Amino acid sequence: MILYFLALVLFVMGLYCLVAKKNIIKKIIGITITEYSINLFLILLGYRSGGVAPILLKGMPRSEIALHSVDPLPQALVLTSIVIGLGVLALMVAICLRLYEKYKTFDMSEINELRG
Amino acid sequence: MELLLLIILIFMIVGSIIAIETKNLLSAVISVGVVGFCLSIAFLILGAPDIAITQVVVEILILVILIRATITTDNTAIERHWDTFSFISSLIFFGLFLVFAWLAVQELPRFGEPLLRVSSDYLETGPEKSGATNIVTGILLDFRAYDTIGEATVLFTSIVGAFVILRRRGRKHRKDMDREKVGILQDEDIKKDFRGF
Repeated sequence: MILYFLALVLFVMGLYCLVAKKNIIKKIIGITITEYSINLFLILLGYRSGGVAPILLKGMPRSEIALHSVDPLPQALVLTSIVIGLGVLALMVAICLRLYEKYKTFDMSEINELRG
Repeated sequence: MELLLLIILIFMIVGSIIAIETKNLLSAVISVGVVGFCLSIAFLILGAPDIAITQVVVEILILVILIRATITTDNTAIERHWDTFSFISSLIFFGLFLVFAWLAVQELPRFGEPLLRVSSDYLETGPEKSGATNIVTGILLDFRAYDTIGEATVLFTSIVGAFVILRRRGRKHRKDMDREKVGILQDEDIKKDFRGF
């Protein structure tokens, strides 16, 4: 219970950083923390107490992995999500560097003011 | 087990507080690195070695990208007058979110007892059907291969977008292209050619 709640606390902190900070790099950091917390929450949901990793080792009977393994489905989907997060972060940083070249600042409000 | 996860999660929360509240951007980026590596340790404890490896690699790449963004730029803190209304309203909203999250968490299946409705089928028949000893890769590349194709599409699109945004020079003007095609030299080219003499 408390582990789920702490993961959601991490989510709220990332959301706060995304909403309240003026610096664009800080906003990117907030998005990254939010992503981390959601990935952790999904993996926590699939954990079975005393569970082993869903990998069939040599000499291991197949019934054992069905009885003792952790949930493999969130793991596969989170693997996808982590890699997509990297691509999206690269795109965001590229846009930020372009904005910095144009306005010489990372400050969100100044960029807004310059729009006219 | 649960105590260890608790310690790691509290450490992650402390690291993210430092990342959010510190003034220097480079220290904020390094604190994000702390959070990410703790996350990979948590994945390792939770029985997900594939994700732990991926998380380490991705975290290193994220650090490289973010340090590239911050190290050559002006990373002084942004001093702004503090807007009281937005601060209080965001605080109230996040407090409400946490209250409802606490209520919703009570209804979830308890930690350590997952539902396994779909996954039990994967676990029982996965090795025979897909032929993979690692069931996670079996799901990723066999049962849910369309998801992986979608992932590849999203990844390709985002990387192409980053390349297009970061490209140093745009496309040449049509006049210049025509001039090059015909072979007419501009004044600068002529000067460049005769510079050696």
